[in-house]
Amino acid sequence: MTPAIELVDVHKDFGGTPIIRGVSLAIEAGTRQALIGPNGAGKSTLFNLITGKHAVSRGRIRLKGEDITGLRPYAINRRGLSRSFQVTNIFPWLSVLENVRCSVLWALGYRYSFWQRVERARDVQERADAVLEQLNLTARRHVPAGVLSYAEQRALEIGITIAGGADVILLDEPTSGMSRSETEQVVQLIREVTAGKTLVMVEHDMSVVFDLADRIAVLVYGEVIAHDTPERIRASAAVQEAYLGVPQTTG
Amino acid sequence: MSAPAPATTRHVEVAATASWTHRLRRLGVWLAAGALLLALPHVVRNPVAVPVMNQMGIAVVFALSYNMLLGQGGMLSFGHAVYFGLGGFIAAHVLNLAGPGGLYLPVPVLPLVGGLGGLLFAALFGSFSTRRAGTVFAMISLGVGELIAASSLIFDGFFGGEEGVTTNRTRAPLLLGLEFTTDRQVYYLIAGWALVAAALMYSFSRTPVGRMANAVRDNAERAEFVGYSARWVRFVSFCAAGFFAGVAGGLFAINYEILTAENLGLNASGAVLLMTYIGGIGYFVGPILGAVVFTFLQSMLSDYTGIWLLYLGIMFLATVLFVPAGLAGLIAMHLPAWRAGRLRTLAAPYALTALVALVTAAGVIGLLELVHFVVSTSPSRTTMRLFWMTVPARTLAPWLGFAAAAAAGALGVRWAAPRAAAAFAAASRPPGAP
Repeated sequence: MTPAIELVDVHKDFGGTPIIRGVSLAIEAGTRQALIGPNGAGKSTLFNLITGKHAVSRGRIRLKGEDITGLRPYAINRRGLSRSFQVTNIFPWLSVLENVRCSVLWALGYRYSFWQRVERARDVQERADAVLEQLNLTARRHVPAGVLSYAEQRALEIGITIAGGADVILLDEPTSGMSRSETEQVVQLIREVTAGKTLVMVEHDMSVVFDLADRIAVLVYGEVIAHDTPERIRASAAVQEAYLGVPQTTG
Repeated sequence: MSAPAPATTRHVEVAATASWTHRLRRLGVWLAAGALLLALPHVVRNPVAVPVMNQMGIAVVFALSYNMLLGQGGMLSFGHAVYFGLGGFIAAHVLNLAGPGGLYLPVPVLPLVGGLGGLLFAALFGSFSTRRAGTVFAMISLGVGELIAASSLIFDGFFGGEEGVTTNRTRAPLLLGLEFTTDRQVYYLIAGWALVAAALMYSFSRTPVGRMANAVRDNAERAEFVGYSARWVRFVSFCAAGFFAGVAGGLFAINYEILTAENLGLNASGAVLLMTYIGGIGYFVGPILGAVVFTFLQSMLSDYTGIWLLYLGIMFLATVLFVPAGLAGLIAMHLPAWRAGRLRTLAAPYALTALVALVTAAGVIGLLELVHFVVSTSPSRTTMRLFWMTVPARTLAPWLGFAAAAAAGALGVRWAAPRAAAAFAAASRPPGAP
């Protein structure tokens, strides 16, 4: 079966400093996977390469078998890949509803239309309402996104990512900065909205990682040192040594 | 007025639902606007009012088109008059081709020609200037503005040199027997076009690409990750803005029957920025208010004083410093108090603040006019007319008097403004809150 995402010997350096040093990785379609590793290992950089925010220095990236190396973020998004950001990245002056509506327009085929009204587009309305319901933000729909609470903004961040219906979802630290109960809610939300889809997430909270992931890739200094099931990752001596050395984080 | 504006009310687009009552109410607003435009020349009897209203109508279309860039698209342009001016020149040339034996082109469709001219050049210059927003966009717009201003000195055949291009609207063929010989006839043409253009620009803001223009303004990066090329979104907005600027230019050509290089220069680009900002870039009606007020002040002030541009500049500064949301923002922030029925509690503190502010303004204006008089008239003239008084400008007394008024007024404002702000805060509290 064609992998959802396939990296072939991907390199990236910034100003001569190698950050990603030859990553080859295949993410099977329909699985939930976590990308873990110590700070500065290059996890977010790898996301930025896959989603087209940065260009690779060397290597190829394929999405569902198609080469997407060097494509712009919007072109990659149109092929069915969507991402969230570590630092909340929403449309702060638009209402919560507008944020979600803007994220479904392209996917529903409205493109650069200047002859249709958004509020009369029933499919946009229905999709946006359904997403707001999932995010538990229906009551806050007319509030400017910039004044939502932090946890609500993080939920909206995920909502914007999944609203377009992409089947490959990349989430960058979706639970960062959240309390335990907020984290549990987000994990539940992620489980719901990624059902039947491919999920790759960067996550520091090991309980979340072991709770959600079917497979875990471990990135250390720009190289994938292991890519396996949670049990084997937990048992791996190499991973223990490089990263999971601190026992309590394995929770 | 220094009442605090909650930062979040700026730019917030309250999403409208597609309910029938909503649509009816919105239709009612447009119908009321149309009725008002029809009635205005009958209500306002002053003979100079009609030319001023014509100027306002043109400015409204121009300012609304500018806000498609600034308010809705987050693009600060210093060269929007390029599309107004080029549209106007093209319309003037086409009007000169029209007439008996020439092109069949009646006057009412001429603004469309101007619009297409504006669109053409917006597509040309927008193709590279919309790559980036922010400082890069602003600098390119300035460069394009300078380029076209310089071209107007070189290409005499098109721009008509220093005299500009003159035309004559009465030579064009008639459509349905509509004549455009008087200002009042032209008024109805401008009013009609302004209403249609405003409705179209409002509709544009509700379309997918119009909504995405807001999204790109807020966060271009995220827009790219939901499938939209920020550059294309900006380009489409830019073309639409150029089209409507050209429509305004076409109306200008009909109204004044002359275009000169001034119409596409930096001053004209600056003026549309000022009026749009004063009106409020975060609201659709902002540029309309701004254009009306700006044009009114421009035509009134220039009758009374030679330094009216200075006053408009001060007004712009005051807007940026104290009311960044503009006139429309000032009105919008009073809606909660109005809904709570507490607007009346504001009357006294506001009136007091306005009074002391007026005293300050009178003092400052007096001083500025004195300076202007002393430096611009021959020393033999010793008295000037100022505020319905004859003032001995070259003696110390009036200077001291106006300085005292300015200082006393400023102290008064310092005392009254916080009280007005407190009253505003109290009145804006939601009903039931302590």
